[in-house]
Order: sequence, then structure tokens, then C-alpha cells
Amino acid sequence: MAERKALTFALMDPPYENERTTTALRLIEAAIRKGYDVNVFAYEGAVAVPFTKQARHPNPVHGRDLEQEDHPLPHRWVAALMEEARRRGVKLDWVNCGLCVDERGVFEAIEGVRRGGPAEFWKFAESSANTLVIPTK
Amino acid sequence: MKALQIVETAYRATLEEQDDTVLWLTHSMKGAGADLAVLLRGNAVNYVVRGQDASGLRFGQEAQTRPPRIPDDVASLLAKGVPVFVVREDFEERGLDEKDAIEGVQFVARRELPELFERFDRVWHW
Repeated sequence: MAERKALTFALMDPPYENERTTTALRLIEAAIRKGYDVNVFAYEGAVAVPFTKQARHPNPVHGRDLEQEDHPLPHRWVAALMEEARRRGVKLDWVNCGLCVDERGVFEAIEGVRRGGPAEFWKFAESSANTLVIPTK
Repeated sequence: MKALQIVETAYRATLEEQDDTVLWLTHSMKGAGADLAVLLRGNAVNYVVRGQDASGLRFGQEAQTRPPRIPDDVASLLAKGVPVFVVREDFEERGLDEKDAIEGVQFVARRELPELFERFDRVWHW
């Protein structure tokens, strides 16, 4: 059986900032659905994407309470992608830049996210069919 | 004091927050009695275009149930008495026509902006 191909994504944007992170997550899901193993190197603000202490809130401007607002949380999106990868038997390996985590104090990440560094990103790239960098602006 | 809120960076956090950050802030401060207006320029002019639909976002089993409805948020600001201005050239450069816009917004030419700014005590460019 042919070995599965891997794709690597490098993300840099924090959550709650713009649509680049959402676009990246959509591409990651598409890759998982196509049967690729996916590596993610989250750098700088992107280490906060899987941060578990993101919390829902009501929205007085919309006049909706907590439940009605049903606020989306990026850490749940990442968890859903992890689950989707498990379900499809592919690997989603998410590495948070450890120093970026330390700087921001966002230590609590969802299960499956691990700490790493630039060397990890290089290893990912070397073992992947391709790498997509989604930088911040 | 009258303040003009200029929004230029469009769709910033709108999927996670389910609304535009600065429009939300304007709504909230208006509710607290602030005298505000909004100027949309750059890509943010698209906020007033009718018929947008951001629904359907889903990652695995995690669906977004409340997609942003930015044109409705703009209409709601207008209903609260917040004037909303749109830079006409920015709108036209994107192939949009004034008939594509929700009712009540006011189009201004770039050359009219200094005059518009003069009508406010504060101008905040987000």
C-alpha cells in the first residue's frame, strides 16, 4: 500500500483576528478529508488557536444570551479537526511553538497539541509533500 | 462629543465573534449614550452589500450555528441613529453599484472626506 502523503501548514495569526486562520482550518479539513496526514506548526499568535480557556459569552448587542449566541471557539474547531482525523484514520500533528506559548502564557491547549520548536517545523517540511505558510499581516 | 469610527479592515474576527469588532463596539457605546458615526472604506465597504450569506461553516462535527449578518448589523446601527458613510470610489472599484447597498447608508467621495472629518470632534481609524 502506498504511503500516505503529508502536508504541512505553518500558521501565524492569533484567533479572533481575521479570516486567515479560519481559511487555514478549512484547508486543513479539506486535506484530512482527502486522506492526507497533516502537520501544523503554530507560531507566534497562532499558539492561542487551540487555547482551551477561550470562553463563550452572551451578546447584548444581538440581544442573545449565552446559549442563544452559541459562540464558536477556535479551540473547539481544532478539537473537531483532531476528531475528524482520528475518524478517518489519518494523523493531525499540531505543534505549538513552545517559546511563543511561554511569552503569551497560553499553556492550556486541547489534547493532542504538543510543544515544539523551529526544528520540528523543519522536520515537518522535510517529510511533507508540500508546505503552506499562512503568515500574519 | 461626536466621534467618527473609520472601519477599513474588513471581516476581522467576524466568523469567530459573529459580528464585526468595531461595529459591535459602536453598537455598545451607542447604547451607553455615545454620539457616533461610521465610515466604511477599503474592503469594509462590502459590509453594506445585500444578500451576503456566511452560513455553513463547519469543522468536523463542530458547526457554527450563528453566522455573522454584517449588513443587518449595519442596518441596526442606522436604526439606532448612527449615520453610516461609505467611500464611493472604494465601492465602485470593487465592481459594486449603489443599488447593491442596504438602504440608508450615505456615499461620500474621497475628496469630501476632510469636510466630513471636520464635522467630528474625534476621528478613530481602526
